[in-house]
Amino acid sequence: MLHLSIQARQALAKLTLPVLIAASFGLMLLGKADALLADRARIAFADALAPIYAVLAAPLGNLRAGIANTADLWSLRGDNAQLRAENEELRRWQSVALALDAENRRLKVELHWIPDPAPSYVTARVVADAGGVYAKAVLLSVGPNHGIKRGEIALDERGLVGRITEVGARSARVLLITDLNSRIPVVLEGSGAHAILVGNNSPRPRLLYWPEGSPPREGEHVVTGAETGTFPANLPVGTVHYTSSHIPEVEPAALLDRLEIVRIFDYGLNGIMAPEAAKPPPDRHH
Amino acid sequence: MASADEQRPGIRPRATLARRLDLTARHAFPASCTILLMLLTEVPLGIVDQTSLLPAVALASVWFWSLYRPGAMSPPVVFAIGLLLDLLDWLPIGTGVLTLLLTHGVAQRWRRGLSQHGFALVWLAFAIVAAGAAALDWVATAVLTWRLVPPDAMLFQAVLSAALYPVLAILFARAHRSIANPERA
Repeated sequence: MLHLSIQARQALAKLTLPVLIAASFGLMLLGKADALLADRARIAFADALAPIYAVLAAPLGNLRAGIANTADLWSLRGDNAQLRAENEELRRWQSVALALDAENRRLKVELHWIPDPAPSYVTARVVADAGGVYAKAVLLSVGPNHGIKRGEIALDERGLVGRITEVGARSARVLLITDLNSRIPVVLEGSGAHAILVGNNSPRPRLLYWPEGSPPREGEHVVTGAETGTFPANLPVGTVHYTSSHIPEVEPAALLDRLEIVRIFDYGLNGIMAPEAAKPPPDRHH
Repeated sequence: MASADEQRPGIRPRATLARRLDLTARHAFPASCTILLMLLTEVPLGIVDQTSLLPAVALASVWFWSLYRPGAMSPPVVFAIGLLLDLLDWLPIGTGVLTLLLTHGVAQRWRRGLSQHGFALVWLAFAIVAAGAAALDWVATAVLTWRLVPPDAMLFQAVLSAALYPVLAILFARAHRSIANPERA
């Protein structure tokens, strides 16, 4: 322990706060100058915490399921009737889909269609919210040797969730399509027009830059577009919904606020990445 | 009380290891409790907008302990908590550090005045600080990412912090008198 006079110690104590405040500005500059450093620190942190959250996730999930079950008991009869009606409807659609699928396959054979490569995928559990007040992202717990790479695409059972932006040894971060930094090329299924889906941190991202003359229609399905090489075509994204101020938004098909399990698809695409994610490509010899 | 004993000059036998450990634990309680609470807010509880809890908890903790136990919530400790906040919350690095340090500074400055008043005024002061902190976070995020962030997140942040404070303050006040009290070592 350093022995200082009382005056010197008091002066030092008074100085600590201003010095540290100055240091926080320094940190901001450092974070701005080397974004990769900060990201690496964060993902190292996430790596350490992900296994703990993964262990906690199971009992917490059970608890939530228990509560939901009790709540469900109340509405059992109504749900049952509704499900029966829905099942009838779906059966009719299933026969239509099967017929169309058979026809589609026949036509593809006729046309000598080059089939899309079947993507490989891994399934991972969402263990924590990796966003913040100003970011929308989730953290996945993945085992070691997971093989997940940056830029791969995350889907839940309903539709597009987002893209992998950071990968650690035991965790990966998925930037959701609702995040402020998310830009996704999409196609409006009805008109076939291209547009860009722009996240704005709200639950419904906006549609921008559709061609003149084919505005998005209310309720139209939106799927991913393949034009930038970052996404394969025709992944379900959501449906168009107009706000009261007549701005087209997309209601995501994926349940982004209740993500539990997502599948990470590797479509083998090496399209454009965000500048901060740009890194010298690793040597690959095929 | 033990403190009166410590204040008195004179030669005393060296404190036993258990007692020193006890004292250290009590001294470290505010910081470790804050960090633990911050990590807990990240556990997937399935609450909507759960991410907003993290900055609210950090701010309330730093405010409370800076007011009532500044010795255990010193500027370096606040700095470390701020860094943790930045890393966990994916804020631009340095934003949380600055906000919490300024909160600490305000708490230090207002400490004398506030200590003579009741809980309501402390809460009101915290509400003002929380609004300022949310605004500062918003401005810093907008400047550092060079993008206009929707301001509703900032409003929600401020309201949530202020609303959460009484709950945390009750718990902290209990701990302040019992397990975190060095005089009871």
